[in-house]
Amino acid sequence: MKKETKDILIGPIYPKNPITLQVLGICSALAVTTQLQPALVMSAALTFVLVGSNVTISLVRNKIPGSIRVITQLTIIASLVILADQVMKAYLFEVSKQLTVFVGLIITNCIVMGRAEAFAMANPPAKAALDGLGNSIGYAAILIIVGFFRELIGSGKLLGHVVLPSVNNGGWYYPNGLLVLSPGAFFIIGLIIWAQRVYSKELVEEN
Amino acid sequence: MEFSNKYIIGFALALCLVCSLAVSTVAVALKDRQAANALLDMQGQILRVSGMVEQGASLTSEEAATLFEKIEVLRVSAATGEVMGEMVFNSETIIKASKDAALSTASTSNSAKKARVRRIPNDLMVLKVNDPGNECYVFLLWGNGLWSTIYGYLALEQDLKTVKGIAFYEQGETAGLGGEIVNPNWTAQWPGKKVFDAEGNVGLFVTKFGQVKKPEYQVDGISGATITSVAVGYTMQAWLGDEAYGKFLKAEGK
Repeated sequence: MKKETKDILIGPIYPKNPITLQVLGICSALAVTTQLQPALVMSAALTFVLVGSNVTISLVRNKIPGSIRVITQLTIIASLVILADQVMKAYLFEVSKQLTVFVGLIITNCIVMGRAEAFAMANPPAKAALDGLGNSIGYAAILIIVGFFRELIGSGKLLGHVVLPSVNNGGWYYPNGLLVLSPGAFFIIGLIIWAQRVYSKELVEEN
Repeated sequence: MEFSNKYIIGFALALCLVCSLAVSTVAVALKDRQAANALLDMQGQILRVSGMVEQGASLTSEEAATLFEKIEVLRVSAATGEVMGEMVFNSETIIKASKDAALSTASTSNSAKKARVRRIPNDLMVLKVNDPGNECYVFLLWGNGLWSTIYGYLALEQDLKTVKGIAFYEQGETAGLGGEIVNPNWTAQWPGKKVFDAEGNVGLFVTKFGQVKKPEYQVDGISGATITSVAVGYTMQAWLGDEAYGKFLKAEGK
């Protein structure tokens, strides 16, 4: 793989992760990670929207008038989000019920707008697709880590299968309710950001 | 790059046209499939709570339609408790009716206030299950928990005085705490509970965890989820009271 390609694809996973470095997309990272499965589906939906919007916007980037640039991006993203939502309601009904409004709220996910404005407007479609894919994987990785710990510690399950039998079901494990609530997600994301900054000293600001 | 105003307007129009075409094409193409999913989901809930289908068993649209032939969908007047005829099974129309001032009546009971059930539809839906061995009545009900509106179906035995089962089909309570209302281990304590107390009032209720005083009609709540548990209790009282299904239960009950 060429170095540039690698930077575009791998960079957003680590170290330039959209969640842990840029602290974007936090809202959905809190909302859909109480269990692993919605986190996975949300990641897939975001990948579709982000790659789709990056490619579409990149294709027409020289035709978009600067004065209506942002609303153009928003229209394209919103259309893709509705497509994703409709397809999920038709083929993944159960999961779409769990995700409720959060699929629609991908529109407001800063990662999508951010990548459209910062990358897709200035790069050809192939690179924009890679950038979209890289950022989606970066987002997905964090969502999966957070979802894994929240579901395991918060309810003793993984993907709905019982791993630690909880006292409610006659087992021995007392689920930690805090992990199920939003602060639990903040703690886990905070710990990941901490670990990242301990490992990559260059990320730490000078005082 | 500079663009003329004409170009900008043209570009905006073209963009809107392309995007709206894409969205509407997909919406129309998938509509039947989505409607089938939603109907199967609703039918599945009824079939499970009435015991006609095992919990967790998968179900196809055809199977659900065949089993549903054994269910009468009655239209019941909330004001008198009379059966007005049959209706098409659709919980959504009942829920919508409760938001329409012309089709519903403001509720006044204390329990309805606690469960924030503001309006009761004038025409209620009662499902009469005629499947041999699983005869029962199923009632749609909803109320506000801690975060969300909880929608569920309550199945009563033929005597209309005893709980056969309960299923909550939509809720957004805290996963692991209030969300445990869908846990089969918790709903397993419902069957056999009596609806009415000795004075003929609705006794069925969910108490705070460990506070059950009258086990014949009180259900033990979930530890750490008192608000959700008690809200479910008030929801039962609001819907089984005289403002909603109460008159029907007393008129038809044996």
